[in-house]
Amino acid sequence: MSGLAGNLRIDRKNFDTRNGESLVALLQQVQEKHNYLPEHVLRELACSRGLSLMEMYSVATFYKSFNLQPRGKHNIVACMGTACHVQGGEKVLEELSRMLGIKPGETSRDGEYSLDHVNCLGACALAPLVVVDGDYHGNMTAARVAALIKEKLREHKGQTAEALNQEIGQKAQSGCCCARLLAGEINSV
Amino acid sequence: MINFMLNGLDVAVEKGTTLLDAASFYGIEIPTLCHDEGLSPYGACRLCLVEIGEPGRSRLVTSCTYPAEEGLLVRTHSQRVVNTRKVIIELYLATCPSSKVIQDLASRYHVTQVRFQQKHDNCILCGLCIRYCKEQMQGKAIGFVNRGVDRRITTPFDRKSEECRFCGGCMYICPACQARCQGPAEKSAVCNACLNLSPPCLDHFGETMCYLDPCVACEQGRQK
Repeated sequence: MSGLAGNLRIDRKNFDTRNGESLVALLQQVQEKHNYLPEHVLRELACSRGLSLMEMYSVATFYKSFNLQPRGKHNIVACMGTACHVQGGEKVLEELSRMLGIKPGETSRDGEYSLDHVNCLGACALAPLVVVDGDYHGNMTAARVAALIKEKLREHKGQTAEALNQEIGQKAQSGCCCARLLAGEINSV
Repeated sequence: MINFMLNGLDVAVEKGTTLLDAASFYGIEIPTLCHDEGLSPYGACRLCLVEIGEPGRSRLVTSCTYPAEEGLLVRTHSQRVVNTRKVIIELYLATCPSSKVIQDLASRYHVTQVRFQQKHDNCILCGLCIRYCKEQMQGKAIGFVNRGVDRRITTPFDRKSEECRFCGGCMYICPACQARCQGPAEKSAVCNACLNLSPPCLDHFGETMCYLDPCVACEQGRQK
């Protein structure tokens, strides 16, 4: 067994993936490793483990949490469930979309951020809900989500204000939306 | 053997027999779209619904997936079942009016109108082709992708499948692929042409007790 799919923790001895029993667990590991489900890895798994490519593709397209396209380094998910919808989740998503300059389901051009919406995260008491890299943030409003994302952007860059300023200067020329946003943030401070 | 009541009759079938098989064994016809003897039951088309249990506390189940139980009361053509079945056929007509199989069902069960928003899909997601490929051809070349309203049948990554052997079984078994008599582009959603056919032989051979269904043999003979 070679390369990409070879060193996944699940092996055939422990999990009988032939019946599709632990297929979801297997795909989750692939996604964890590659950030998405690359076609060549799925094809390799199909060959090396005797899984059905069709079944993997079915499962991968069925669940919203699996992606067949590369995702950004940071995943931002807005909940559009009933409770979140009633509490103004759409406004939150719009704000996110505006700030990151991408539509739901897209990844920013620099490969840093992905924006997505899901139908329910099961935490309706916290509506409207936004999940950033697995951290749940409840009771969001357009203003609060803006503050949250700005904070995250700064955190992820992990730089001092000076270095950040420099980077923004470079990036602003190349038209990076995150940089434009940060530039706005820095200027206002 | 399992003893139960089928439309008021005491019947006995072997353990594990589905209600659909039991009904067909005793000569009661239940329409289906997603059932095939050679394939595993799926329960997707909902046409084979039957009413089980005491009147007043009864419920509808798909007979193709429900195994016969001791003492069960089953009604295959009660008012509730027939009405539900007609609505389901109507829904199929609204989804896929180009299919001959569905048009024939509509005529047979006297569905003469479509009150739902008209669509022109070419698939009813019965899954027959998928099961045929998997169970009869050991292929797994096609399957369902996405879910909800986006659900459809395709090959992995929408590309030509390496597993497909071009057996054509998926098209052979598809109930939506067979085009209706007037061609697929007919304007009206309901054909119902078969409703207006009266057996031409009755005047001459009234006592022959012909039970050919559908009545085609003599008709074809007359035309030649």
